[in-house]
Amino acid sequence: MTGLEAHGLSYSYGKKKALEDVSFSVSSGAFCALLGPNGAGKSTLFNLLTRLFVAPEGRIVIAGHDLRSNPRAALAELGIVFQQTTLDLDLTVQQNLNYFAALHGLSGRNARSRIDAALDQLDMRERAGEKARALNGGHRRRTEIARALLHDPSILLLDEPTVGLDAAARASITDYAHALAEQGKTILWATHLTDEVRSEDDLIVLHCAHVLAQGKARDIAGDQPLQDRFLAMTGEDA
Amino acid sequence: MTAYLTSMRAIVLREALRFIHQRERFIAALVRPLVWLLVFAAGFRAALGLSIIPPYQTYITYETYIVPGLCGMILLFNGMQSSLSLVYDREMGSMKLLLTSPLPRGWLLFCKLLGSTAISILQVYAFLAIAAVFDIRMPAWGYVTALPALLVAGLMLGALGLLLSSFIKQLENFAGVMNFVIFPMFFLSSALYPLWKMAESSELLHDICAVNPFTHAVELIRFALYAELNPSALGWTLLAAAIFAAAALIGYDPARTRIGRRG
Repeated sequence: MTGLEAHGLSYSYGKKKALEDVSFSVSSGAFCALLGPNGAGKSTLFNLLTRLFVAPEGRIVIAGHDLRSNPRAALAELGIVFQQTTLDLDLTVQQNLNYFAALHGLSGRNARSRIDAALDQLDMRERAGEKARALNGGHRRRTEIARALLHDPSILLLDEPTVGLDAAARASITDYAHALAEQGKTILWATHLTDEVRSEDDLIVLHCAHVLAQGKARDIAGDQPLQDRFLAMTGEDA
Repeated sequence: MTAYLTSMRAIVLREALRFIHQRERFIAALVRPLVWLLVFAAGFRAALGLSIIPPYQTYITYETYIVPGLCGMILLFNGMQSSLSLVYDREMGSMKLLLTSPLPRGWLLFCKLLGSTAISILQVYAFLAIAAVFDIRMPAWGYVTALPALLVAGLMLGALGLLLSSFIKQLENFAGVMNFVIFPMFFLSSALYPLWKMAESSELLHDICAVNPFTHAVELIRFALYAELNPSALGWTLLAAAIFAAAALIGYDPARTRIGRRG
């Protein structure tokens, strides 16, 4: 069963092509890294996958739901962590999660128990009453991941979620996302850092609006370290 | 249905919480019309003679005349302020959260509109209370019958703000809104002077005032404050609200816009 499919996506900003005929699929329960240098088109792709933009060409299928013809069912299956923080910094962690739960129609006891469970999972329970502004970068990210999981989506999209984090927070969030995939969530993890990709992960390499390669990370890397292979593919100097 | 009501409650509550966190905004929103009422109107009282026009049945002071216009001013400024906060939300990314919710986008934007209008109305009542302290009073029933008029006028001006927010690309462009929307709308209306006065100076300006939806919003409030209905003002205000809301929906249609491009 396929978790996430994209067929023939193209998108341009005026004359500049951000994506051209991009197709890929991510199997259900896989951790798939979307690797590309800055400006490759990753954020545009995320905007299309989350329906912030609609591609004039191509098709997106999320957990079996066509995003164009059935956007609400498709969006209900998506948990999203945007690159830029989307927490309301003046609200507490709990209030941020309450707000998001309500945007998904969850309220009352159901919302409370889901919020508690999500906070427990990410070790954020004791910070529930703190304002988002008081949290460090790592804790803000954890809050956002907890929030993205509240409605129990089958697919989690994370757009460069480790940007600006220190090494320990980066490792911990990367490990957690891999653990989620082992529990059956489909993960699409956009990054430009090869050390966040494990050899057994699925990998899509995006560069200059095109998919350059798709497969298991170890197969794409071949006999070289992934970092070297990636730099060679994208024409950047090591 | 519960999902719709749950989301409405949360969005309105969030607007309220944001408002509580920005007390300066509340004070600024009150000081502006109070300065007009207590300083400007006092100075102009002698300069402007007003005849008896509906809904007034006796001669009124200039202060009494401009109260509905100042109620409209609060709604106008708040409508634009909420447009500013929508652009801010978009720059900060929290708009993305709203727009990627599985509930219909039109509903979510309506809730946002309702939340900001509810807060505007609270400010209008705070303003009316202070005006009453200074002995500028409306008939007691007027305070009740004004509520639906304030709601309709507030939704119309909020929808205009929503529409503008879908076109304003960056926060910095907001000064343009001030110059090209707020000031012309306010001054080219019946808020500060009755339209017949304007006609004495210029027919053209009078005609512009007469088609300005803000004029109709102010007249709707003016009549409602005297427990009277002005059907044509209601009709024009509703029509303008429908047009602004429909255009805003088009502005926020993901197939047409690039909401979220930034960040």
